[in-house]
Amino acid sequence: MASTILVGPSARIHSIHEALKAAVNGDTILVDGGVYTEGSILIDKSVTLLGRNNPVIDGLAKNLELITIAADSVTIDGFTIQNGGVSFLRDLAGIRVQRKSFFTIRNNTLLKTMFAIYLEKASNGIIQQNTIVGEARDEISSGNGIHAWYCKNLTITGNTVYNQRDGIYFEFVENSKVSHNISKGNLRYGLHFMFSNNDDYADNLFENNGAGVAVMFSKQIGMFRNTFKKNWGSSACGLLLKEIYDGRIEQNTFIKNTTGIKVDGSTRIQYLRNSFENNGWAIKFVGGCYDNEITSNNFVSNAFDLVIESARNNNTIDGNYWSAYTGYDLNKDGVGDVPFRPVKLFSYIVSRSPEAMVLLRSLFIDIIDYAEKIRPMFTPENVIDHAPMMQKIIV
Amino acid sequence: MYKILKYAFYDLIRSKWSYVYFAFYLLISGSLLFLTGDISKVIISLMNIVLVLVPLIASIFGVMYYYNSREFTELLLAQPIRRSNIFLGQYFGLSVSLSSSLFLGIGIPFLFFGIFRSAEIWNFFILILTGVLLTFIFSALAFLVALQNENKLKGFGFMLFIWLFLAIIYDGLFLLSLIVFKDYPLESLSISMSMFNPIDLSRVLILLKLDISALMGYTGAVFRKFFGNDNGLILSSLVLLMWVIIPVAFIARVSKRKDF
Amino acid sequence: MKNVIEIQQLVKSFGKTRVLEGIDLNFEASRISVVLGPNGSGKTTMIKSVLGMVIPNSGSIKVLGTDIQGQWDYRKNISYLPQIANFPPNLTALELVNMLADLRGGNQHTRELIERFGLGPFMRIRLSNLSGGTRQKVNILLAFMSDAPVIILDEPTNGLDPVALIRLKSLIAQKKSEGRSFLITTHIMQLVEELADEIVFLLEGKIYFKGTVSELKETFNENNIEKAIARILLTNNVA
Repeated sequence: MASTILVGPSARIHSIHEALKAAVNGDTILVDGGVYTEGSILIDKSVTLLGRNNPVIDGLAKNLELITIAADSVTIDGFTIQNGGVSFLRDLAGIRVQRKSFFTIRNNTLLKTMFAIYLEKASNGIIQQNTIVGEARDEISSGNGIHAWYCKNLTITGNTVYNQRDGIYFEFVENSKVSHNISKGNLRYGLHFMFSNNDDYADNLFENNGAGVAVMFSKQIGMFRNTFKKNWGSSACGLLLKEIYDGRIEQNTFIKNTTGIKVDGSTRIQYLRNSFENNGWAIKFVGGCYDNEITSNNFVSNAFDLVIESARNNNTIDGNYWSAYTGYDLNKDGVGDVPFRPVKLFSYIVSRSPEAMVLLRSLFIDIIDYAEKIRPMFTPENVIDHAPMMQKIIV
Repeated sequence: MYKILKYAFYDLIRSKWSYVYFAFYLLISGSLLFLTGDISKVIISLMNIVLVLVPLIASIFGVMYYYNSREFTELLLAQPIRRSNIFLGQYFGLSVSLSSSLFLGIGIPFLFFGIFRSAEIWNFFILILTGVLLTFIFSALAFLVALQNENKLKGFGFMLFIWLFLAIIYDGLFLLSLIVFKDYPLESLSISMSMFNPIDLSRVLILLKLDISALMGYTGAVFRKFFGNDNGLILSSLVLLMWVIIPVAFIARVSKRKDF
Repeated sequence: MKNVIEIQQLVKSFGKTRVLEGIDLNFEASRISVVLGPNGSGKTTMIKSVLGMVIPNSGSIKVLGTDIQGQWDYRKNISYLPQIANFPPNLTALELVNMLADLRGGNQHTRELIERFGLGPFMRIRLSNLSGGTRQKVNILLAFMSDAPVIILDEPTNGLDPVALIRLKSLIAQKKSEGRSFLITTHIMQLVEELADEIVFLLEGKIYFKGTVSELKETFNENNIEKAIARILLTNNVA
């Protein structure tokens, strides 16, 4: 029979350590409000650690691991976990899961930890409704908010991550889902995929990170209904893609990013029904990009809508709405009668002489852009929307 | 000087061209605001108009006003006032009246649209400020050119060329030099080249305020350092001010030595 | 007798053309001096030099005893009527009068002059809407409204109707009797005959004659001024 063990300043048991010693698999340890400074806590039984009245587990910045989950089916719910300290030698974590499954980490607040939640070779876990606030200042001395390495079947949902290195980091993670999270003000990326396949992220908000999301060397990643906002800075972008294959990017919104999507090598990616508004560059392809489909997107008031640097490309760019389009629709079918060339001569110039950016919006530039539009000489001729939409597409 | 300024202003502000100029801005900014409803976007569109039109109109009006009031200027020259005061008074009268048309024409629709409750108030302010400074700069250049050229046609032609040069040709040469010397570090060159053209400088000032600084920053560290902080902003504003002060000083100097 | 204007060795050239070749000339107080000469003779340049609008190459000019070089305050002693009455189009005559009064610090005679020339109904109308004749009357008003001791009139009869002309002449006579000195250029010989106490004839930047009307006639043995002047021009191979 599972039982409940009460821990609290006024209870019979004062420390979580003691309670864990007494517990057996299946027990619930109910921890009452108070500050617990017990050093590292090792959970080696399948128990539920439930906080009541916001108990605080404080590491006092003594540079140690705070909680380690070393059993399957552990739940940690309702704690504030803080002051883990920083080490240059070890990756210190607020909660670490090692080679275990079926864990649940929810409703916790993790403050001033190097890595907040660190998952290694873990699977089938849920990380839900946690708030993570770090104090990252530079990339070397800081860790990620939710860090996953060689994991499977994770569900990460409803979390908020501020001021870490990467908000959420995936390396060799498969079949996992990241949704409804908010990732803000992180030094490097809001969400970062490395060598991870068959994952989805949806309905997240990425704001004011070095880059909103970076997807690198990964396959079959689905990206749906996310918002990428104000990732603004000299090399910042909303979404960074590097060497990825067979992904889908649908119904996302990119607002006020220096670059909406920066693509360095993408093959067979579908860009569908996304909105790009008030970005410096909406989409910028720098490496070789093949067989991509860019359809039914809205490009509104971006300084540059599209840059494609390689001369050879076989991407499809049809049926988008471009606010810069000035053509007409005589047969009233909603599709412009003249094709649209989204690559401006000026963007071609800027990619070669970046200093020329200082001439942005000058009359001379408008004139040469117009001349190039009428008779393309420098911009790639096959980058063309044959069916530009007259009205904004409702996504 | 103030007395001359006052009467020149009264005279100019009642002219039909002042009304036309005012009505033009009223119409443009009003219709843009009510059609798009997006203040930030309207400021960008207006910027494109202001940067081209303000210098052109100030050039034309400046030259025209000088030549048309030549006889009256002779009467003023026979009065017990300093010569430089006459021309500076006329010049400031002209600049202030043109600026008023611009300021009211753009300002009134924005006021109705609630600019004071908008976050774009500073961008609006910079737009108006650069518009006013450009008016002062190009009126001064026009006055100077007219003072130096007795021949109306020559004066007009020369001033139009100055406008064409600064509005378009200069940027062409600028771009060309960036492309030709692209293997060298060009940041200082492009910063100083934009300093030497008041139209470019105004454009950069507005764009910086309009949050395109990050796009600018893309080009490199020196650039970002210069344009990205307040010192760059202050220096740019000072340089624009020098673009007013230097031609005005020349007006005072040239007018002292000239025979009428 | 006291000189109001003293010109010594006045030289002025525009580019390579010498317009005034060392003029020595005095204008006496309470007299009407008329400066005559064909176009290009230098009379306008001389007047403009006195007003400080043209800067001489050398020589000196004194107005009421003070050297005018580099000065501007002396101009309060001179009223000037320019040849062409072209005013700021969108001001009214009244505003113009106020402006000049502002600059000179005096418009003692304005009301009397408005009545004399019947300008009352036009004072509040924009100057661009006034006829040339009316504008010339405004011009006269501006020149006579203050109490400056020296009055310079450049072609004062331009565009005036006969009635206004008679009134102008009586105005000049009246001001002279009050002790003002006049410097007038004109092409109307009748006006010279009626008004001039003294004639100065300029030709190619030099003074060819200076004296009274009767002296002019005597010198050239003619009984009217026009013929006397024609004689000067013919003997100098200019006509």
